[in-house]
Amino acid sequence: MSQSRIRVLVGKPGLDGHDRGAKVIARALRDAGMEVIYSGLHQTPEQIVEAAIQEDVDVIGLSILSGAHLTIFPRVKDLLREQEAEDILLIGGGTIPEEDVEVLLRQGFAEALFTPGTPTGEIVGWIKQRLETKEPEPVRAKDE
Amino acid sequence: MSRDEMDEWLERLLRHERRAVAKLISRVEDDRGREEIMRSVRAHSGKSLVIGITGPPGVGKSSLVEALTHYYREKGERVGIAAVDPSSPYTGGAILGDRIRMQAHTTDRDVFIRSMGTRGHLGGVARSTADVLRILEAGGYGRLLLETVGVGQSEIEIMRLADTVVVVLNPGTGDGIQAIKAGIMEVADIFVVNKSDMPGAERMKNDIEMMLDLNGGAGPVRRPPVVLTSALQAAGIQELGEAIAGQQAFLRESGQIKIRRQVQLQRETWHCLEEKVRSLFDGAWPQIPQDLLEVGERDPFVLVEKVWAKMTGGRDDYER
Amino acid sequence: MIMSDKERWQENYRALRERQNPFVTVSSVPVAPLYTPEHSAGTDYERDLGYPGSYPYTRGIHANMYRGRLWTMRQFAGFGSAQESNERYKFLLSQGQTGLSVAFDMPTIMGYDSDHPRAYGEVGRVGVAIDSLQDMERLFQDIALDRVSTSMTINAPAAILWAMYIVAAEKKGIPSYKLTGTIQNDILKEYIAQKSWIFPPEPSLRLITDIFKYAKEHVPKWNTVSISGYHIREAGATALQELAFTLADGFAYVEAGIKAGLDVDDFVPRLSFFFNAHMDVFEEIAKYRAARRIWARHMKEKYGAKKSESLLLRFHTQTAGCSLTAQQPENNIVRTAYEALAAVLGGTQSLHTNSMDEVLALPTEKAVQIALRTQQILAYESGVANTIDPLAGSYFVESLTDQMERGAEDYFRRIEEMGGVLAAIGQNFFQQEIADAAFRYQREIEKHERIIVGVNEFTKEEKLGIDLLKIGPETEKAQVGRVQELKRIRDNARVRSALADLEGAAKGSDNLIPKIMTAVRAYATEGEIIGVLKTVFGEYREQAVY
Repeated sequence: MSQSRIRVLVGKPGLDGHDRGAKVIARALRDAGMEVIYSGLHQTPEQIVEAAIQEDVDVIGLSILSGAHLTIFPRVKDLLREQEAEDILLIGGGTIPEEDVEVLLRQGFAEALFTPGTPTGEIVGWIKQRLETKEPEPVRAKDE
Repeated sequence: MSRDEMDEWLERLLRHERRAVAKLISRVEDDRGREEIMRSVRAHSGKSLVIGITGPPGVGKSSLVEALTHYYREKGERVGIAAVDPSSPYTGGAILGDRIRMQAHTTDRDVFIRSMGTRGHLGGVARSTADVLRILEAGGYGRLLLETVGVGQSEIEIMRLADTVVVVLNPGTGDGIQAIKAGIMEVADIFVVNKSDMPGAERMKNDIEMMLDLNGGAGPVRRPPVVLTSALQAAGIQELGEAIAGQQAFLRESGQIKIRRQVQLQRETWHCLEEKVRSLFDGAWPQIPQDLLEVGERDPFVLVEKVWAKMTGGRDDYER
Repeated sequence: MIMSDKERWQENYRALRERQNPFVTVSSVPVAPLYTPEHSAGTDYERDLGYPGSYPYTRGIHANMYRGRLWTMRQFAGFGSAQESNERYKFLLSQGQTGLSVAFDMPTIMGYDSDHPRAYGEVGRVGVAIDSLQDMERLFQDIALDRVSTSMTINAPAAILWAMYIVAAEKKGIPSYKLTGTIQNDILKEYIAQKSWIFPPEPSLRLITDIFKYAKEHVPKWNTVSISGYHIREAGATALQELAFTLADGFAYVEAGIKAGLDVDDFVPRLSFFFNAHMDVFEEIAKYRAARRIWARHMKEKYGAKKSESLLLRFHTQTAGCSLTAQQPENNIVRTAYEALAAVLGGTQSLHTNSMDEVLALPTEKAVQIALRTQQILAYESGVANTIDPLAGSYFVESLTDQMERGAEDYFRRIEEMGGVLAAIGQNFFQQEIADAAFRYQREIEKHERIIVGVNEFTKEEKLGIDLLKIGPETEKAQVGRVQELKRIRDNARVRSALADLEGAAKGSDNLIPKIMTAVRAYATEGEIIGVLKTVFGEYREQAVY
């Protein structure tokens, strides 16, 4: 009886405390049946990658509103590589200008970036599609 | 996962590679090769005693786990932590936030924290928590800590997993009375009154002591010590560490550990049996066939008999 | 049976279709189809509204309001190095702006020097990097500090940045009693919503009451706390929650001041407020009007304030950053204009209008100019500033105002029952309320129950057509170099002794502001001063709530 669950680390790197988006996303992913590990605020890239490895997540989602995306995404990607954990998908959102989005995606520093206003359903859909081999178990004994 | 792949991960586990610890835990949690994995893991684990931290929500369990982790790190021990949070009964999803209160050790390679959702399991732990702790042990983390969900009741499950049950309560919150009602008192090896800087801490300690007096205290088991702590101010952690060491020495010296392990094995076996039965009837269980309901029967006992008869192929005298 | 006019209308109304159901405000509060005198039947004009400039100040805090002086147009700005920001300030002053508002970068806000590893990548990003007195002097070079009022958005380390400002002025020969301005210095909302905390609540409140005391003696024209609902709203709260939580914080500061031995009338006149202006025009107006009335009533009746200045709720407003969209960003100009309208109709004392591109990056000069022009058009062309509190007497607005006051009182009671604001923070009460409201709002958008133009309706594929301001990595490198150079060349023995002195005072109960000023004069850095205080006070830890 396999019970595979998608596990996602929602990380808040940087010094800012704007966690509204991160928390809304965390709740939406939970409601989509995923296990969400919430890192808490003010995480360094090292802390995020270490948590992702211990928790064996499928996806790291970073919420960045401090403008430091061009340093943080490459750093997290590098650390994942060092740890031989490139199989963990790296996605993100926040105040990231379009041209920076293009730079980060083109250079492979992130698998997907979502701009403000993206419906959470779209993010859920993207994750499920990328991980479709790891289907969550269908809900049983649904009590509604 | 292929056999080869699994063997490789198991080998890497014994080399204490963190990635292997993490991967194998996931596989056991997802029930992908669980039996084979645990067979190998069991050969390399089982010596470490498990410290289980339980208590009502918001009582400061995570902070206490962090403080204890610090205590054991100072002594040079490697610490493995399983922290359980509830999964949603509707979607199966969960937000696991215990790490937030364990920030001090996130980049310490000698500490491994694993967050787990209950995934439908009741009793404050997840189905595979015991396995996860053993994988941590085989992966080189000799000091094992378990943090339960903290529903404040039916914590009896922790007995199946922990050798040292630490029940955490807060002063002035009526926790004490709740604990008696919920049957937490009986499972405790050690009581902690956390947030001891709050008013009423001493009084709470006295209340617990009094309760223990009433319970006789002269039974075959050891009277649980009551420790005052303030995890955030790192007060009382030394005393708690010593209380744990005292209880664990008692377990080993008195031979109680053998009895405990037997009970644990019994429970675990029963647990696995239950699961096996469930999986045998997977799909039919726990749903009651529609045709039985349509007969109009309202008595659940009668329905049970009919379901049972269906499952066992008409042999409803199976048990008799 | 004879129908009354009202019944006839009701019947007619029911016979017609409604284009949606229910109708709700931005905060999901139901709105009736029609408001009539019945909705404000309990209102007593003299008691509940009164006249502008008199109790209970519902209609405004000045007798003449904007007929005397317009609101202060104060655009929040700051980025990169002190020198770059200094140039932006001089530009804004030359464009007719009447007050300065300083945005600091995250390392400064969190108490880290630019050369600290945790500051990496964030120096000068979302505001200006200030490490020491040296940077503060550069920030205000060639600006007459006795002629501008300066607002500084700084909280946990407010005492240090304020000390740097006072010393920078002192070095220009301007005595501290001439300085006017505001430090945000509102730590309670950090625990509740904004999450830029450093120390635990008790020592943080001590720093705040130390500031109250010092300001009373030496900087009497300074606004010592700007009690902020803005961030509470941005974190997802409703208008009512913003109102209630902000005022509850305000009462907590008043009580802290009283507990520290101050007389209410000695420090409350220097407290000011900072609210959000979201999209629902009438709900926002009602919020500001209710805020003034509640504050006046509590100050007079509960805290026994005697001076009229203690009863006045003065506030700054910023349009809602969270209402802006990344899609079709030019539409944000229009959103901001409506929000600014609400703030002015609600009687704000000063206003920041967001730039259209703020959801994507720091604003460009062009975008900032349009935002400022929005205020100028409102002030000089729209006619809304010609009469005082023009919406008073509107059945709808008065009814909403009453509803806001009742709702806030209800929250105050609940907070009181929990043991006050600090206890409620400890129990995650505010945090949970806000997280739930934020999630509800997002769900409404996704379920299409709430339309956001360009986001879930009237969308189009587009390429971003506006220019964005970029901060290059050179800024960080240069700033790191500067602070390291400073640490090398200054009189380090003097720094050490000032810091040791501060540490001793922190352990005792002396006022810390003079000690901090001594350290600042010796060019101790912000990070060094915070570091010393951390060893004594400890650090606050996140309470996670989803």
